[in-house]
Amino acid sequence: MAGQTLYDKLWQSHVVVGRDDGSAVIYIDRHLIHEVTSPQAFEGLRLAGRKLWRRDANLAVPDHNVPTERGERSGGVSGIVDPISRLQVQTLDDNCRDFDIVEFEINDTRQGIVHVVGPEQGATLPGMTVVCGDSHTSTHGALGALAHGIGTSEVEHVLATQCLLQQKMKNMLVRIDGALQTGVSAKDVVLAVIGKIGTAGGSGYAIEFGGEVVRNMSMEGRMTMCNMSIEAGARMGMVAVDEVTLEYVRGRTYAPREALWEQAVAAWSELHSDPDAKFDRVVELRGEDIKPQVSWGTSPEMVLPIDGYVPDPANAANATQRMAIERALEYMGLQAGMPITAIRPDRVFIGSCTNSRIEDLRSAAQVVKGKRVASTVKQALVVPGSGEVKKQAEAEGLDKVFLDAGMEWREPGCSMCLAMNADKLGAGEHCASTSNRNFEGRQGFGGRTHLVSPAMAAAAAIAGHFVDVRDW
Amino acid sequence: MKSFIAETGLVAPMDRANVDTDLIIPKQFLKSIRRSGFGPHLFDELRYLDEGYPGQDCSTRPRNPDFPLNEDRYQGASILLARVNFGCGSSREHAPWALEDYGFRCVIAPSFADIFYNNCFKNGILPIALDEDIVDSLFQQMYANEGYTLKVDLESKEVVTPEGDTYSFEVDEFRRHCLLKGLDDIGLTLQDAPAIRAYEQRLRERSPWLFDVIT
Repeated sequence: MAGQTLYDKLWQSHVVVGRDDGSAVIYIDRHLIHEVTSPQAFEGLRLAGRKLWRRDANLAVPDHNVPTERGERSGGVSGIVDPISRLQVQTLDDNCRDFDIVEFEINDTRQGIVHVVGPEQGATLPGMTVVCGDSHTSTHGALGALAHGIGTSEVEHVLATQCLLQQKMKNMLVRIDGALQTGVSAKDVVLAVIGKIGTAGGSGYAIEFGGEVVRNMSMEGRMTMCNMSIEAGARMGMVAVDEVTLEYVRGRTYAPREALWEQAVAAWSELHSDPDAKFDRVVELRGEDIKPQVSWGTSPEMVLPIDGYVPDPANAANATQRMAIERALEYMGLQAGMPITAIRPDRVFIGSCTNSRIEDLRSAAQVVKGKRVASTVKQALVVPGSGEVKKQAEAEGLDKVFLDAGMEWREPGCSMCLAMNADKLGAGEHCASTSNRNFEGRQGFGGRTHLVSPAMAAAAAIAGHFVDVRDW
Repeated sequence: MKSFIAETGLVAPMDRANVDTDLIIPKQFLKSIRRSGFGPHLFDELRYLDEGYPGQDCSTRPRNPDFPLNEDRYQGASILLARVNFGCGSSREHAPWALEDYGFRCVIAPSFADIFYNNCFKNGILPIALDEDIVDSLFQQMYANEGYTLKVDLESKEVVTPEGDTYSFEVDEFRRHCLLKGLDDIGLTLQDAPAIRAYEQRLRERSPWLFDVIT
């Protein structure tokens, strides 16, 4: 028998009932809940007269709608100006109280973006199945977990049964060997992967990221990569457990301790693909070849290295691609053939579940230290991923570095990643953003997103246009 | 759950690749705590020329004359014809809710994003993947013939054109069964409650650190 992949092992160890067609009822160890995709699920439970299956498997936190501006934030839920946002956050509080689910409320120091909070608190651990009504749940796969986003019907399903009926995915290995150049980060690597395989390249697959570059990457970097698996079309991305994982998890609030820690570490030592494991598809990149990336279009696969030029529809491979490029150029207000470095952001956003962890903030701060945001940039927002990240950053003086540079230092939340709160782009504005999606309207009606790493966003804020952070 | 057996209906186009769920239903409408009422905001940023907000009356908003769903010939459509990787991006079930509330019962495309595909079945919408060249020819026939309809049959797993051409499609047997009967899949899983409890007991012995920690 051929060896198993990490995904095979995680799947097999969670099968409750297997079905003849290969699908299975899968047990869910951790269910993360936020305010946007849960209200209808709780309502469904009530309407059907069903009970919560297992309360201690759940953890809730509001993140999408919370204001990040200190004044509005200080009033708590009742201080949220937008009445619809306020009701949604209030509904999460009410549901968690009614069903007795632990929630980190809006001004709790532990509050933050759900995918930053889970690993940070040790609420998501190696070997777990982790789900949440949010496609960026793939983030938690960085811990060696099987983690993916679900819809609201499935949120209700997990609340009621602690299980999901799932089809097994195929296995894809994305292996990046070699070493990264200075100034090139996990964000650039994952954008390069998406640029190579496309936004549907991972559809139907579970992706495992491996190779020297990933082994040498911090947990923060691995989370950034797994986070954007979904932008490559894969619901889940994961990384094998190693010393880096264990060092990260050790001592976290909800992580096992003492004898239980030893027992857990022994169990987790199996969480890697066997040397003879079979993958349905293998994608290989060389670390040295990856340059800092900037997305130019309205899909994450529309991405180029910083020294690239905006594509010309005339050179498209087929009619569908030509139409897609034409439409993207029109929406983005860009000319074919212009250098990426000529694009000038009106706003800069450093934050989101992709890039708002301490390492991301350190990397941005290093670039802006002692410099000033360009006068053409209207706003540069730095939004820490959680209250804990914020506290750590302030202890290191990073907030001062950002403020001295003319940037804004905000309260934790999803912020400008998806404009469900007050932070958004105006129509036609370009944004250098460390978030994950450059879809039309994502950051605000008519807004134009360019996906980049924290260092690249910071450098663009200072220079007033995209620049190669390798030369910084 | 709503059942789906067969549907004969008018076909409307969504003629672009990689249609994401932000485009299907933009973020501001996700603030609703209800499951209904998303239909008027389906493809909001393409359908209207102004910026939409939740709870507004859409009947007086300026419509984009270039957007097909605004054309008379596509009014009352129940089958959406689309391109590759339809429904990519966010896991928001508001996307199928909006399609369903608008009146679509079926989406035909060369491929779908995984989470969206799964969410459709929970809402009585049948997503059908057909070969790209078949979808291409359906687009051509639809554009050429006003009032173009298709018959979609989940029993026989076939799409039938007005000319009588028949295209078979594949669908997972369990999902097909649930959709045909309109079964409540939480109820189905709860039939396995003894197995879930037994699994949980074994898990507690094997991995005790997973229990009673977040309390």
